Amino acid sequence: MNIPRRRFDCLVIGAGGAGLRTALQLAQGEAHVAVVSKVFPTRSHTVAAQGGINAALGNVLPDDWHWHMYDTVKGSDYLGDQDAIEYMCRAAARVIIELEHYGVPFTRLDSGRIYQRPFGGQSQNFGGDQAARTCPAADRTGHAMLHTLYQQNLRAKTYFFDEFFAIDLLMDDQGYAVGALVLELETGEPLVIEARTILLATGGNGRMYRTTSNALINTGDGMAMALRAGIPLQDMEFYQIHPTGIAGLGALISEGVRGEGGYLINGEGERFMERYAPHAKDLASRDVVSRSIVTEVREGRGCGPKKDYVLLKLDHLGTDIIKKRLPGIRELAMRFAHVDPVERPIPVYPTAHYVMGGIPTDRFGRVVVPVAHGPEEAVPGLYAVGECACVSVHGANRLGGNSLLDLVVFGRAAGNHMLGYLEENRYHRLVPEKAIDKAMTHLTRWDRKGDGESVDDVRETLRKTMEDYCGVFRTQEVLDEGIKRVVELDQRLQHATLRDHSKIFNTARIEALELENLMDVSMATVVSAAARKESRGAHSRLDYPKRDDKNWLKHTLFFQDGNVLDYKPVRMKPLTVDPFPPKERVY
Amino acid sequence: MTIRFSIYRYNPENDRRPYMQSYELQNDCGAVMLLDALLLIKQQDDSLSFRRSCREGVCGSDAVNINGRNGLACITPLKDLKQPVEVRPLPGRPVIRDLVVDLSQFYAQYRAVKPWLINNDPVPEIERLQSPAERDSLDGLYECILCACCSTSCPSFWWNPDRFLGPAALLQAWRFLADSRDQATGERLDDLEDPYRLFRCHTIMNCVEVCPKELNPTRAISQIKEMLVRRSL
Repeated sequence: MNIPRRRFDCLVIGAGGAGLRTALQLAQGEAHVAVVSKVFPTRSHTVAAQGGINAALGNVLPDDWHWHMYDTVKGSDYLGDQDAIEYMCRAAARVIIELEHYGVPFTRLDSGRIYQRPFGGQSQNFGGDQAARTCPAADRTGHAMLHTLYQQNLRAKTYFFDEFFAIDLLMDDQGYAVGALVLELETGEPLVIEARTILLATGGNGRMYRTTSNALINTGDGMAMALRAGIPLQDMEFYQIHPTGIAGLGALISEGVRGEGGYLINGEGERFMERYAPHAKDLASRDVVSRSIVTEVREGRGCGPKKDYVLLKLDHLGTDIIKKRLPGIRELAMRFAHVDPVERPIPVYPTAHYVMGGIPTDRFGRVVVPVAHGPEEAVPGLYAVGECACVSVHGANRLGGNSLLDLVVFGRAAGNHMLGYLEENRYHRLVPEKAIDKAMTHLTRWDRKGDGESVDDVRETLRKTMEDYCGVFRTQEVLDEGIKRVVELDQRLQHATLRDHSKIFNTARIEALELENLMDVSMATVVSAAARKESRGAHSRLDYPKRDDKNWLKHTLFFQDGNVLDYKPVRMKPLTVDPFPPKERVY
Repeated sequence: MTIRFSIYRYNPENDRRPYMQSYELQNDCGAVMLLDALLLIKQQDDSLSFRRSCREGVCGSDAVNINGRNGLACITPLKDLKQPVEVRPLPGRPVIRDLVVDLSQFYAQYRAVKPWLINNDPVPEIERLQSPAERDSLDGLYECILCACCSTSCPSFWWNPDRFLGPAALLQAWRFLADSRDQATGERLDDLEDPYRLFRCHTIMNCVEVCPKELNPTRAISQIKEMLVRRSL
C-alpha cells in the first residue's frame, strides 16, 4: 500500500501540557519537531486543570523543596520513586519561573510575586503546619498554562498536525521506535510520520469510568499504543478518584476551594473530615478524603433526598474571594449544579480523575522496560511524559498541584534528553513495511461491514463495569468478577461494527478506535488491581485493609500478551538526600 | 413527549448539497445540555459528526449555531431552547462535514497578532514582578478559549475574513498590549494600524452578545483604537 510519508527529527504525540512543553524544548534546541494531536491543541485536557501548580517558592509561607519532596513521597504512600521525586521538587521553582517568563498570567501578591494557596497533603517542615505551595492563575491554571505553551510553540515554529489521530507506534526489528501511523480526520487518509525520537504525551484514561472529571477525549490512547507495541504499563491499579466532582455529573470542583478555606459537610451538617483526618482535615490527601465521603454516604449520612452526596461549603469565604480566586468554579457550579456558591454549598461526590500509573519511564522521560539486563532498559528513541507516563512521582496517590508540575518538569527533561539522543543517532532508521501493515490492519478492521455489536453499547457497559468492579473500595471477589466482565466486553468489541464508513471527518471511526484503547487500558487496570493484595494510596482493598511493605512495596508491570504481570522494585534512593523510609501515613 | 431537533447535515462524499435532518429524543432521555442531546443522537445515527472534548465549557470545541445564535453545545441548557432545536455549523466558514467547520483562517488570524509575550530584557532569576492591579487588567482577556463563536458571528468578519482580524484575534492582541510584562507595544500597534485589520470593527457587538465566557472583544478593540490615538498625539 502506498501511504504518504512525512519525516521529522522528533514526533510528539499529544498536545497537552506535556507534549507542548517537550515540543518547545525541542524546537528551542533547533530540532525539527512535529506535534500530532487528535484535537486542536488548546482543546487538550490540560485546559481543564484548575487549582494550580506546586513549587516551594515560599512566597506566602516559608517553604523548601525538601518539604515538598517529603509530602510527595508520603502522598504517594511510599510507592513513588524517590530519585524522580527529588528531581521534580528541586526543579519545580525553576520551571514555574520559566512559565511565568513565557507569559502565564499567575495570580499575584501585593509584592508582585506569584500568589500561592494551600492544597491537600502539603506541610512545612516534614509533616508540620499546612504549607501554601500551589501557584494558580485564578482557578484556570491549566487553561493559562496550555494556551501559553501553545503560544510559545507558535513563536518557536513547531509544526502541528492538528486533528490527526495516532493509530499505532511503528517499531523496527531491533526494538527502536521509528515512527507512527496516524489518521487525518479531515480526509480520513492514513499517514506515516517517520522520526528519530518519539514522545507519547497522550494524557489519561478517565473515560473508562462512568462518572469522571475527564474530557471525552481522555481514552488512554498512548498507553494502549504502548501495550500493543509490547511495552508494559506500570501501577495501573492506582487510579485517583477526586473527592469533589459535581454530584451526579463528575465535573471537577478544584481542591483549591478547600485550599482557600472551603470545607465538606455531611447530611447532619457535620464537618466530618475532622473525624477522619484530625490534623489536615479537608486538606488531607485525595484518596483519604474520597474514601471519607464514600463512607459517610454508605453509612447514611449523605445529603439530599437520596442521601447520595455531601456538600462543599464556601459561602463563608465571601463574595470577593470567590469571584476573584474561584471564578471558574462559580461558573461551573451555577451552570451544572444550579447553585451560586456565594450563597449555597455545592453538592459533590468523588469522581474519577487521574491515573497514577502509565507507561514506565525514568526521570529523563525514557520509556524503560524489563528486557535482558534488568527491569529498566530504555526503549531506544521512545519517550513518554505526563499522565500517560509513570515516572513514578505520584506512586499510589498524586497530590493536587503535582500533575501540572510533572508535565513541565519532565517535559523539559525529556526534551533535553531527546536532543542528546538526536546527537547520537544522526540518521533515520528504516521503517519496516510489516510494522506499517500491522498498524494498517488495526485501522482497516473498522471497515468491516454488517450488523455487529454497537460501539456505544460496549463503551457504556465498560464504563459502568469499571465503576462497579474497580472503584473506590475493592475486594477479590468484586475484582475477579470485573476481570471476567472486561474479558467478555473485549470479546464483544471484536464483533462490533460501524454503520458509517465514510472517510471525511468520520468521528464514529475515531470513537471505535478510542474504545479499543480504553478496553486495553481497563484490562490492565482491573488485572493489576486484582493481583495487589494490600491497601495503598488509591488502591483500597476491604479484604486487605493494611499496607503491606514487606510483600508489596513494588511496582506492578502489566503486559498485554497473555495479561501477564511482573513487578519491579521501588527506587527508594533519592539523588542526593537521605531516603524517606516508609512509615505509617496519617493526616 | 419528545424533544425535536433539526440538524444541518452535509457529507461531501455522498451529498450534493446540505440538508436539514430531523431527530427526536424522549423527554426523559436524561440530556440536560445540548451536547448531551447530540451525543445521544449520535448513538442513533453514528454518521453525525461534530467536535467535542471537555463537555464543561472550557475547551471551546463544540461551538455551533443554535437556533440562529452561536454558542457552546455543552453549556447550552436544552430546556431554554425553542423546538425544533435548529443546530447548524458556525456561519461563514467552509463546512468540512455536518457541524464541523474549517477554522484554519480563524487560527491564522490568531497567529497573526503574535499571541505570545515579548520581553527583551535579560531573564531574571525570579518571576517578572506584576502588581495585582496590573494582573487584573488581564482578566476578561486571557480566558478566551478560541471557540470562534465571536468571529463567526461578526458581519465584518464575514465580509473581509482575509483582511479583518476579527474579534477573537483582536482580543488576544489587546491581551498582550495590556500585559505590563510585554514590551512590544509599538510593534504590535504598527501591525494593527491598517484600515482593515483593526478598523473594520463597526461595533456591531455580536461578539459580546455570543461570547460563552462573557468576554468583551468590542471593548478590547476600542481600547486598542484608543491606544493608537494616544500614540499619534
